[in-house]
Parts: sequence; C-alpha cells; structure tokens
Amino acid sequence: MSSITLKNLVKKYDDGFPAVNDISIDIEDGEFIILVGPSGCGKSTLLRMIVGLEDITEGDLLIGGERVNEKAPRERNLAMVFQSYALYPHLTVYENIAFPMRLTKGKFTKEEIDEKVRHAATMLELTEHLDRKPANLSGGQRQRVAMGRAIVREADAFLFDEPLSNLDAKLRGQMRAEIARLQRELNTTSVYVTHDQTEAMTLGDRVAVLKKGLLQQIASPRELYEQPANLFVAGFIGSPSMNFLPGTVEGNVFSTPLGKIEIPDRAAKAGEGRDIVLAGIRPEFFDDASQLSEAQLSKGTTFTAEISHSEWMGNEQYAYVSYETDERVHETLRNLAEEMDADELRTQLVVEVDATSRFRSGDTAELWLDTRRMHLFDPATGENLTRDEEAGAELTREAREDRKRDAERFVARQG
Amino acid sequence: MASNGKLTGKQRLGWTVLSVVVLVYALFPVAAILATSFKTQADLGTASFLPGSPTWANYEMILFGDAQGLFLTALRNSIGITLIATFIAVVLATLCAYAIARLDFPGKKIILGSALAVSVFPVISVVIPLFNLWRNIGLYDTWLGLIIPYLSLTLPISIWTLAAFFRQIPWDLEQAAQVDGATQWQAFRRAIVPLAMPGVFTTAIIAFFIAWNDFVYGISLTSTEAARPVPAALAFFTGASQFEEPTGAISAAAIVVTIPVVVLVLLFQRQIVSGLTQGAVKG
Repeated sequence: MSSITLKNLVKKYDDGFPAVNDISIDIEDGEFIILVGPSGCGKSTLLRMIVGLEDITEGDLLIGGERVNEKAPRERNLAMVFQSYALYPHLTVYENIAFPMRLTKGKFTKEEIDEKVRHAATMLELTEHLDRKPANLSGGQRQRVAMGRAIVREADAFLFDEPLSNLDAKLRGQMRAEIARLQRELNTTSVYVTHDQTEAMTLGDRVAVLKKGLLQQIASPRELYEQPANLFVAGFIGSPSMNFLPGTVEGNVFSTPLGKIEIPDRAAKAGEGRDIVLAGIRPEFFDDASQLSEAQLSKGTTFTAEISHSEWMGNEQYAYVSYETDERVHETLRNLAEEMDADELRTQLVVEVDATSRFRSGDTAELWLDTRRMHLFDPATGENLTRDEEAGAELTREAREDRKRDAERFVARQG
Repeated sequence: MASNGKLTGKQRLGWTVLSVVVLVYALFPVAAILATSFKTQADLGTASFLPGSPTWANYEMILFGDAQGLFLTALRNSIGITLIATFIAVVLATLCAYAIARLDFPGKKIILGSALAVSVFPVISVVIPLFNLWRNIGLYDTWLGLIIPYLSLTLPISIWTLAAFFRQIPWDLEQAAQVDGATQWQAFRRAIVPLAMPGVFTTAIIAFFIAWNDFVYGISLTSTEAARPVPAALAFFTGASQFEEPTGAISAAAIVVTIPVVVLVLLFQRQIVSGLTQGAVKG
C-alpha cells in the first residue's frame, strides 16, 4: 500500500502532441481516485504512464515516495485490470489468478499460492469455476477473474482501465458495488479510469476531470457537482447535464432570453460589469411553483415559461423549455458540446419537476428557480465566477473524513 | 453456409456431390500410384487400374532389395535435412514475426517486402550460381548445402504466416503479463508463445512440406548419397534391365515418402484447428 504522486507529468508523442499535459495529483494511501473525461482526454494514457506501459516524457512519478519513472512495469508492484480483462486463455481460472505468483520463483510455496488463490476466489465467488478456462466464463465472471489476479499480488495500488465498459447495464451496477466493497475492504490505493460519470461519482473519493490532456479539477464528487471550477466540469458532471442560460447582469436582475430573473447579491456582484455571462443551472434547481409553499418560494425566483414538451419518468419528470440563444455565446456552447462528446448544443432548458406536476406541451407554467445554487460562468474563459472555494474544499475534506471513517470501521469490524 | 448450421435436403445433397467430386479429383492420382506400386512388372503395361496379382515386390525392392542403398539413405537425408531446416525456419520466423507484429522499427516494411520478393524469386534462376558458389566453398553435396537454400524457401512464408498470427493475439495479454511481474522474455514465453502454438504448428507443417517436396535444389546441389534427398533419388532408380522402366519401384517409393507427411498432418490437426485465443478478451 502506497501513496502515488504525479508531479507535472507530460506525455508527448512523436508528433509533439501532448496527450497528457502537466498533470499533478497527490494520491493518498488508500484513496480511490477516478480519472474521468471524454474520449481522447488522456485519462487512459495517464493510467498507463503510472503503470509503466507508457513512457513519461517529462515530470516525476513517485510511488511510496520513490521515483519510478525509469522502472519497468514489473518493478513497480502495481496491479492492473484491463478493459479487455486480458485473461490468459490457455490457463484455467486458478492458473490465471496464480500467474503473478508463479512468476516470482521461490517467493511463494505451493501451499501459499494455493491458499491465496482460494482466498481470492472465495472473496470473488469464483471457487466453483477455478478449473474452467476463461472462454467458458460469462463476462461478469471474467471480470472477477481479472480482479482476482490483481488481488493476489498484494500490490501497492490497483489500476483499473474502464473495467466495466464491456458489461451490460445490470451487471455493471453489481460489479460497481463489488469494486467499491473490495477497495474498502483491502484499503488499497486505487486509480480508476472511466468515461461513465455514474462510476465516477459513486466510486471515487476524489474525481479528476480531464480535458485534452489537461486537469480541469480534482475534488470529491460533491464538490465537483456543487462547486465546479469551470464550464466544462459543470457540463460534464451531472445527468441530465447542467443548463447554460446566457444573459446580462444589471444590479440584482439577470436578463435572459426567458425573461428577467432576480438573483442574490453574490451572483450579482460576480456578474457585474460583464457584457454577457452564462448561468449554470442544474435541472433540479427548478421546480413547479404551484406546488411550493410560500416559504420555499421566497428563497428563489419565479418566472413563467412555455413548456415545449415533457417526459414523465415515474419518479420524476423532465420538462423542456425552448429559448432563443444569444449569438455571442453560440460559439462557446458549440465548443462545449463538442468537448463533452455531446450531440449538438441544446437551446432548450431541462427542468426537473415533481412527478405529480401535470405539465403538457404547450402549457404555460410558472417555474421556481433556486437562485442560491446557480453559478455564473465567463463564456470567454469558461471560469466559474461564483465558485465558493471554501465551501468546495469543505466538501472534499468531508469526503476524506468519510473515507478514513470507513476504513477504521472496517478494521474494527475485522479485529 | 447456412448460419444456423442446419442444411436443407437439397443443400446437403449439393454439398455431398461437390465434396465427392473434389475428393475424387484430389485423391485419384494418389490411388493410381498406390495401385501401381502393387503391380508386377508384367502388370504395368496392362490398362487395368487395379493390379492383376498384387505384390509387395516393389516395396521389398526399395526397402530391402537392390534399390535399398539408394532409397534408404535418401530417406534419411530427406528427413534429417527437412527437419533441421523446418526447425531453424520456425524458430527464426517466430522471433522475427514477433518483432514485426509488436515493434515499430525502421526497415520493418523492407524486411517484409524482401521476404516476399525472395519467396517469389524463381528457384531455377538461383540454382546455377548457387551450384558454382557451393562448389567453391565446399558446401556442394552436403546437408548444410541444402538446408541453407531450404531456409530461403521456408523463411519468407513462415515469417508472413506467423506475423499474421501474432497480430491477432491481443497485445493487452503481454502488457498484463508485464504488469503481473513478467520480464519481456517471460511475457513472450508464458503468455504469447502458448497462444501462438497453433500458428507455429501450421507454419512448421507448411515449411516441412516445402522442404520435403523440393526437387530442383535436391538434384542440382547434390551428387552422391551424402546429401541426396528422396525426390532427387527417385530419378536415379533403375529397372532390372535397361529396357525396363522402374515405374513400380518409383510408385512404391512415392507412397513411402507420402506417409510421413500424412502422419504429420493427422498428428497436428488438432493444434492447427483449435482456436486458442478464444476467451482472452471480452465476449
């Protein structure tokens, strides 16, 4: 078990393209870090640099305080689960799991190997499949064999490269829980690459959001969600993703294509004197005004809008409101959509309302907006103008405490 | 073929007829030689397909009789030279193909290209200069003198088939092995070679055939029993008198030389067919 330190890591390919550009992350011992981003953001490359399958062009990589830049993968004592599982098809499940130990001649006795393999198999419910070949296993079982091979190593850290992307949705949910449980139990430092934000949000102690080789923000899932550093992080995290409404701030009034919205002082101050800003509003910041109490209504602002269509999901309901976008932010939003691998940019607001609301297309509805939680972004730089550093840091600190408490609780239960 | 594996009656009939036609076309010459090898000298002239009075005389002649010296030494030469040439070709080609499939190095295209060029070069145009060269440096009429040209025939095709095979093996496996603690060599030996075995066997058999069936080098670069392989030796069989053609003996010898090849294919059939890479990656 070890900490991993990435110091200004750079990966440049022969053509000079920086796939990973000046990334620094301190990963604590026992921490579960997620690398997330759209395809081509360099997250897999970064993981492969840590494990040693990809050379480091510049910067330092420290594992347990020791620089390992020049070390071969086998000398780094890390275990990796590949996207394709990479099981050895000519070996049985037992031999697949035992493979890493067989390579270290003389270090383990036969009995030790057998005990470790059986222990891992029990943990992963593979005991009855030990004599089978990978070809005869289901996707989920193969995935577990790959994890078993990682566990027996007693490696300093686990690295996962999109391990669940080949499984169907139901199995993915199960394996996600499984990985979270194992990581807590073993309390092993883990780095996990994914493009699935559900995995990122549920598994990670901290999540590093990458875009085009650059680290955008690294924070606990809650901080990413509540206090995103910029437009990209705000748009990438959350589903359905954040609405970006262009407008101009004058005093405490925010003029948008949907009408004038009253905003709190903090936002007013941040947006003051700017030609145009983008308001980042998550779908759940809205609600159906007719269903709220006076007390609730007074905490935000109400406005009316025409519903273009609505989707009733059972537990919630999404209503869509179309609006004319502003030419001045058109370019920004289009780039953003492209960066996030999203389809075309939407010029409609997604509003999440209670499932009991009866919104139909064409209705003119009175909507309530929780203006305290919205953020304002600079369309030119993407910077979050209303980010509360302290509140964000507090969220990440809490996540860290939660993790420590989890680990202690587990140790206590074991003892 | 039908994707569900079930054929209708008509399709089944069609395939059966087609298979029989192909089998007869391919095996008739073999059957004819087999029949001839059991014929007596007098029978050879008759027009019947089957021998009138089957006899082992031809086999006795090449294995124990007059032609024994000629045939058995040639057989020993053939087996020895072919096995050595095949072994060297497969080992070299395995390493070379692995490098070609995995590494990016300058001149990779040139190696593949020249290998292909060598393999299409007509043998007959090489054999005369080779004859002169071998005489001068003392390789004429030796095993090594045949093994080297056989390598030039077998290596290119071995490299091409094996390179194609190595490309199919997921690279992840090797990287996984390296992360698991294997050296480059261990990863190659314990993760890649076992998977490449079907390809290696296939290649070995192809290389073996090529060397085993060679006639031009065999007859041009040898002069005595020291290195003469079977295909060349057959041409030196003589009948009982100068008016007799040794057709029966040649047929018997041809059957005897075919046996190792057939045995080899039957032996390694499973290895060739088995798709070992199955299940390595996602399914």
